[in-house]
Parts: sequence; C-alpha cells; structure tokens
Amino acid sequence: MPDSSSLLFAASHEWITRDSDIATIGISDHAQSELGEVVYLELPAVGTQVKAGERLAVIESVKAASDIYAPVDGEVVESNAAAASDTSLVNTSPYDQGWLCKIRVAEPSQLDSLLSESAYLAQLS
Amino acid sequence: MHDGMSESIPSPLQATHLRHGGKLVPFAGFSMPVQFSGITAEHQAVRQQVGVFDISHMGQFIVSGVGAAEALESLLTNRVGKLQPGGGQYTLMLNEAGGVIDDLILYQLAPDRYFLVVNASMIAEDFAWMRKHLPAGVNLEDHSAGFAGMAIQGPQAVALYDKLCATHLPLPPRNGIGIFPTTDGDCIVCRTGYTGEDGFEFFCPVVAAENWWEKILGLGAVPCGLGARDTLRLESGFPLNGNDLSPTRTPLEAGLGVFVDLSKTFIGQPILTHQKDHGLPSKLCGLKMLGKGPPLRAHYPISNEEIPLGETCSGGMSPTLGYGIALAYLPADAANLGAQYSVEIRGTRYPVEIVKKSFYKRPATASNS
Repeated sequence: MPDSSSLLFAASHEWITRDSDIATIGISDHAQSELGEVVYLELPAVGTQVKAGERLAVIESVKAASDIYAPVDGEVVESNAAAASDTSLVNTSPYDQGWLCKIRVAEPSQLDSLLSESAYLAQLS
Repeated sequence: MHDGMSESIPSPLQATHLRHGGKLVPFAGFSMPVQFSGITAEHQAVRQQVGVFDISHMGQFIVSGVGAAEALESLLTNRVGKLQPGGGQYTLMLNEAGGVIDDLILYQLAPDRYFLVVNASMIAEDFAWMRKHLPAGVNLEDHSAGFAGMAIQGPQAVALYDKLCATHLPLPPRNGIGIFPTTDGDCIVCRTGYTGEDGFEFFCPVVAAENWWEKILGLGAVPCGLGARDTLRLESGFPLNGNDLSPTRTPLEAGLGVFVDLSKTFIGQPILTHQKDHGLPSKLCGLKMLGKGPPLRAHYPISNEEIPLGETCSGGMSPTLGYGIALAYLPADAANLGAQYSVEIRGTRYPVEIVKKSFYKRPATASNS
C-alpha cells in the first residue's frame, strides 16, 4: 500500500493526490471499513464535469448506498474499470488499486482547504 | 450516530459484542450489532455452518388465564386452536382495516398460557393494542426487559444444541417450544428462526446472557449481526414489518394467506374475506435484477414502460445468489411471475423480473436430528 501520509483528505472521507494537473481520488481506509464489503461502484463517465462537494460516484456496500463527493472542481479523465469489475479492491486496497477516478483539476487552490492524513484521522475521533 | 446511540437501550450483551468486534448501530430503539466479521461471511456461516444472532431487542409477552385461547383467536389471524402445548405458529395481528400491526410467533406453553415473540419496534404498540382488546380476565405480561435472546441458525444448529443444553431439555420439534429451569431463572427454547435455515431461538434471564452467548460461541457459532439477519431473511422471502408489512396492506396482499384462517372471526377479518371474494388490490412480489446493476434497495420506483407500478419495500444484493433482489407491492394484474419491468436507480432504469419470493431455498437434506 502506498504511503497514505502523502495524501490529502476531505472530512467526507475521500482522499486525493495530485500529479501536475491530474488528481487521483479514492476513499479512506476508515471509510471502506465503515461501509463494509463493497458490492457495486457507480463511477462517472470520462468528460463529466464535477464541482467540489458534489456527487462524484456512488459506492454500494451490502448495507447501503453512499455518495462519494468530489474534493475539488474538475473534469473526469479516467474511472477505475478494474475496481468497478472487482469491487473488493476498494476494501482491500483503498489507497492503491481501489482508487475511483482521476480528474483534471480546475482550481488547484481548492486543495489547500483539504486535510492532512493526521488532521483527518484526528477529526474522526 | 453517538446521539442516536445514547437514547438507545443497550443489549444485555453490549460489552460482549464490543469485545468480539461487533459494530453497534441504533435499531428500533435498541443499540444492536449490525455486523462482526462482515455481512457476507456471517451470511455464509449461517447458510453453511451455524451462526448466532443477538435478538435481545425482540419482545416477549405472556398471555394467560381462562379464556386466553379464545381471546387470542379474535386478535390473531392464524388458528390458535390448532396449537398443542409445546407448539408454535407464525401469525399476524391486524387493525380494523385488515392492515398489519405486527407479525409474531405464538407458542402454547400450557392450556390457556401462551408465549408471544414480537418485533422490537412494536413492543409498546402491540402491548397497548392487546391490552385494549383482551377481556379483563385474561392476563397480559410484558417480559421483554427480563429476557436476553439469541437465535442459533444454520445446518449445524441442531448439533450445537446437543452440546449446549440437550441434557436440560430435548430440542423441541419444528416450531415447538420448551422451558428448563436454571438457578438464574427459566430458559426458553423455540425451534424457530427467520433465516430460512434450521435452528432455534434461546431466551434466558438477562443476568445469564453473557455466559450463554460465550458458551454458544465456544461451540463454534459465528457471531452475526443485523446486516446478515436482513440478507438471510430477504433471500428466504420473509417479510420485515415496517418494510414489507404495513398497516395499509393486508396479509393476503403480502402473500401470507397460509397463516390466515378466514373460517374464524378476528379483527380485520371482514376486510380480508372481502378481498378474498372480490380480488386483491395488490400483491407482494419478488423482483430479481437482470444483468449487472446496483443492488436493489427500498423505495426505488418500479414502472412498466411509462406506467408507474409501485416501489420496492425491501431490497439488497443476495450474497448467496450474487444479484440484486427485492420485494415490492404491485397491482394484482401486474403481479405475474416472469413479467419484466424496470426499476429506477439514481435516474437510470434497470430491468427486473418477477420471481418467487423465496429467492433462496435451502437444499433438502437427510434429517440428522
């Protein structure tokens, strides 16, 4: 599993990491554990424009359907087809193979308001 | 979540659950475990081996006294008179409009002495309704706070029982009930459950709950939560009051006619007799997702082309079958096995087919009891 301490987190449990203007988004280990076994992923089509705080994807566990929110504005450039077909990746590898989407970040300054891993973990308790 | 929990009544097994990794959630006014190791693993343990559920939230009443049988006959849909001492039956209590107040299991302990197990969310309402309608000479007692409850379910439940307490009491026959005394008070064994598997339900005094629970785990039962309880009962097509049963639907519409005896008089019966003679307005149907799609869940709209037909009332991804299943009330003329409709999920329509409500049936096995 990659080093999650380099990721940024939203209080709504998404993580994001940026490589130039492309950011990868997933959900936190805490979130996957709370959701339980993921059985279905509804990921956005490439080209979808998303706004920070709006629904980006839906994760369905055995228990419930949960909205996943975009941490920043942008355009979807890729969705993780491997995770959509093997949804257990979200549980077993939330920070690596279980990523959800990549977006082209429209407003890089929006990343500044996100939380470090330690700040995210601190506000969970 | 914590605010809701503080108002919830803790299970007598709460500390034990936390030690065993149980995740507690508020449910029907109680704080109960929704899962331990994971819903799918717990579900499979019950289908293939044996699992144990904390059912301490469920309510237990005792109705007794001269005339108890006749009084219950007029309050419940099934024929109380069919019971012998030690026997039990699934039955329903209806309002004047024939709608379901609660579904419950009625056991006869002795002539004119009955044990009732009711839904947790309905304890107060059931009690008030029964008190109002039982004649003065018939006693009604609520023992819900005194009993802890455990449901031991799965193909190995009978073998577990033999090691647990067969020396105190032989396992009752299917649907039966038995009692054995202990120094803490009476323990009650019911050969019933709501998972579609063989098994039994065990009610013991609250002070003894932890001991029994640990003993049952020690005999190999996998601790299971409400999540698996829901997927198991849904796969078996068993309705959940509040989702699939409601004060505005009759048991005939719910497909529970086998538990309704229209040759006797009971509250709601005239409406049911009328429905039987003139046709049902709606029928509870099983729905199966065709092809890949999200799990079916409650309150998704169902339509035939552009014509709205109703909505799902319970739904989920079947762990055993691997596809989405749901129950839904549909107009009687649309409720045909094999008919295909669409379910709308977040703006997208997915095809579903009407199938039998018993989505999963346990394979017939040679009796080993």
